Amino acid sequence: MNRRLLTTFAAPALAAVAAIVVSSVAVLVAGESPATAFKAMWSQIDSTESIVLIVNRAVPYYVAGVAVAIGFKMNLFNIGANGQYVLAALLAAAAGAAVDLPAPIHVAMIMGIAVVVGATWAAIPALLKAYRGVNEVISTIMLNYVATNLIAYLLAEHFRNPDQPNIRETRVLPESARLPSLNSLFEAIGFDFGPGVVLHGFLPVAIVLGIGYHVLLNRSRFGFNLRVSGENPTAARAAGISPRRMIIVTLIMSGAIAGLIGIGPLIADPQFYKYGDQFPVSYGFIGLSLALLGRNHPVGMAAAALVWATIERATQALSFVDIPQEIGIILQGSFLLSAIIAYEIVRRLSADAETRAASRETPGTRTIAEAPA
Amino acid sequence: MGAIVHIAIDEAPGGADYELPAQNESLRVLEKRGARAERGVHGRLSPRVQPMTTAVEPGTAIDSAYAIELRGIVKRFPGVVANDGVNLRVREGTIHAIVGENGAGKSTLMKTLYGAHQPDEGDILIHGTRRTFRSPSAAIDMGIGMVFQHFMLADNFTVWENIVLGSEPGHLRLNMRKARRRIRELSEQYGLEVDPDELVADLGVGDKQRVEILKVLYRGARILILDEPTAVLVPHEVTELFASLEQLTQQGATVIFISHKLDEVLGNADAITVIRAGKTVGEIDDPSTVTAGELAEMMVGSELPSPETREATVRDDVRLEVVGLTIESAPTGVDTVALAAGLAGGIESSGTPTSHRPLDDVSLRVHSGEIVGIAGVEGNGQTELIEAIMGLRPASGIVKVDEQDVSELSNTARRNAGIGYVAEDRQRDGMVLSMTLWENVILGHQAGDDFTHRGLIDRDAARERTRQVVEEFDVRTPGIDVSAFTLSGGNQQKLIVGREMMAKPHVLIAAHPTRGVDVGAQAVIWDILRQARSDGLATLLISADLDELIGLSDRLLVMLRGKVVAEVDPQTVTPAELGSYMTGAHQHDGRSASGSPGDGEAPA
Repeated sequence: MNRRLLTTFAAPALAAVAAIVVSSVAVLVAGESPATAFKAMWSQIDSTESIVLIVNRAVPYYVAGVAVAIGFKMNLFNIGANGQYVLAALLAAAAGAAVDLPAPIHVAMIMGIAVVVGATWAAIPALLKAYRGVNEVISTIMLNYVATNLIAYLLAEHFRNPDQPNIRETRVLPESARLPSLNSLFEAIGFDFGPGVVLHGFLPVAIVLGIGYHVLLNRSRFGFNLRVSGENPTAARAAGISPRRMIIVTLIMSGAIAGLIGIGPLIADPQFYKYGDQFPVSYGFIGLSLALLGRNHPVGMAAAALVWATIERATQALSFVDIPQEIGIILQGSFLLSAIIAYEIVRRLSADAETRAASRETPGTRTIAEAPA
Repeated sequence: MGAIVHIAIDEAPGGADYELPAQNESLRVLEKRGARAERGVHGRLSPRVQPMTTAVEPGTAIDSAYAIELRGIVKRFPGVVANDGVNLRVREGTIHAIVGENGAGKSTLMKTLYGAHQPDEGDILIHGTRRTFRSPSAAIDMGIGMVFQHFMLADNFTVWENIVLGSEPGHLRLNMRKARRRIRELSEQYGLEVDPDELVADLGVGDKQRVEILKVLYRGARILILDEPTAVLVPHEVTELFASLEQLTQQGATVIFISHKLDEVLGNADAITVIRAGKTVGEIDDPSTVTAGELAEMMVGSELPSPETREATVRDDVRLEVVGLTIESAPTGVDTVALAAGLAGGIESSGTPTSHRPLDDVSLRVHSGEIVGIAGVEGNGQTELIEAIMGLRPASGIVKVDEQDVSELSNTARRNAGIGYVAEDRQRDGMVLSMTLWENVILGHQAGDDFTHRGLIDRDAARERTRQVVEEFDVRTPGIDVSAFTLSGGNQQKLIVGREMMAKPHVLIAAHPTRGVDVGAQAVIWDILRQARSDGLATLLISADLDELIGLSDRLLVMLRGKVVAEVDPQTVTPAELGSYMTGAHQHDGRSASGSPGDGEAPA
């Protein structure tokens, strides 16, 4: 058990050290003191308010991570999460503003539309791959551009708020379409975030999503098929798992979850409650990083999302001490890169260790196996 | 030289040794061998492992009569010691055979010798000088070339293009004339006939091998290593190969070949080194002083396992019936084979394009308690046949299990109808190495009711079943939660066979069930198949191991170019006969041919 804990945490810890070294060098090259930089960054995240803001930011990241990870699990690269979620967010925002429904139904409707739109948009690369062998990386990237332009057109011509002719945005969602903040919940247990600090209400959805992802992957037959298809596609085929069906279902499922990425900001962030030019459009790419960093693991990706959001929040402080904020991006990038390298090293070492342990503990004589190529 | 003589297999079917096509001298060799056996050669059977020599300075010349000398080579891989003090001494200008069972460490040793990896301990001496090869190109610089078992040729290139590939003459411009001339010279000098301008795709297996040999000769190799060169050849090609090798050695080249076919070793080698479990257990300077039986004993360390099936258990009921199963040659669109390969990150080539159908109107029946063997050179439709039966490849024709037509059903439904499946390549198709043993026991049965309820995996049931498999089928493992890659090949295969057997199939499709497993596991798996047969299982056995096919099968069907071309009685067939059916050299004299269901005659 100790060994497992060690291998789980050794790689990220090593990666963090490497990332700090690399970004310190970058700060030095920029002619500043790394100590000043990290002190400023620490002061920026050292408060309850900061923690709430970090969690708020991490939630849509996490959803993006889960959406991408489900594809990663069978070697499908859904680079198109961006296109899927922005299109989903726009259509959900437009539809949500157009109707008036009781609160829970209104929220459910918006989420439902987002899921369906995300799934539909992902169905295009899914079917192209399953029936024509089109590489999903290419098709999803291209569909991102299609989505971007489609959104520009729809927003300009159809869903623009008539009351704000100078701004390109949808109408603001009514109260019934919004998710309440979690502040009252925490106040009920005697925890006050302080004035003006709001914990967005989408957090429970993300948690449920993470649990659902875990159960689906590890407890369900579909998840078994998914993992087998990812680990050994030819064995999956020989076991009667249709690669075509798995490709279609998995990519569509990835798109459906991706549809929810923008719903947190849309219905739970007071800053938005509408889709407009300010709406974040590249969370899908962050999702790719988090899935890699968190190794597609539901808890690992949650930790990765928090780290990601923390770095982003912390680097805001760098402008106060006249250090370029891009140091934050260097920190994120070097962390990701060194984590991937560290994971691979740890994976090989622990595979060797497992083989050795197994041959040591195997009862009876062990004959020489074929030498690995 | 060149006689292929005598396989003495303990308890061979019918109790008789069989003879392969032999040249005239074969009889003489046999007589000589008999005489020598009486004199006794047991002194030679004791292991002769050299004491570990102290390290020799690189480049130091030592007086040596050997072209190659390996001293105390140790090579470790995670979990295994593949070579554990191997010694090898090869005289210049000889054909030297290295024999040993699958997994004895032969290939690892050869990889050490041609620089694919470095040994952990021990010395490599080439013409008496200690050398270290950092890479295969370092080895080729020393004149050591490797001819692989699986050809590494570009099909869409001509012969000469393949030969020069990677060491093209001329600097910027390819000097084609020079290349062609050099190849012609080489092929005349060594009697390796090939047309330099022919497309490799159009060549037969024997020709391709000659191209591979020319490839290493072209690079200046004087020491050739051939890894199981005869595995893919038909008998007359084997004769040709050894004739060429003989010619090579007469011109001063040195040939090392790996084999576990004792007949060709005894018939062709000038000296033999026997390897068992990573150690040199015998060095025979004069092969005429040993018999096949003695060699086999050295290789295996005990008696050869017998694949013999005892009493007939065939019943009347037909469990598996296949009628007119056909796969058209040109697959249209994206098929599932390509999709799976794409997910694996590979590029799918569904075999070389052939003019004939991959599977052509195959009909057969397997009865309860019967093992029907499918013989044939690999790539003649065996894979397509089993995948079509399993519903993994679209095919026309009828497949019936227990008289139920399953032709339109999915693979999953066919498994549920009672077909068990041991896929031909356990690591590629049979298991997921990174998953635990209990997860691997679910594999292939995930759609049945045994391990899943309402879409959820029943872990307890899977774990319990895995414990039973491990217990009953002698899978040597520290537990059921270890990843499958920690098991040896034999134990992996026992797990797969056990998994299929525990599902209580009515029909078993077993493809190469003992390929690449150790002798102990092979014996266990053969026992399982025999036991299942007497319990009434109908087994379709596909194998490249003739001992296995002949020993286990009640009937043998031979496949060639997608068709069943012959049915033979394994009790009476000779390897020579079988070989000629497998290559299409002989037309069958009538009993049963392609198209007619193979149950015309009462099973023995």
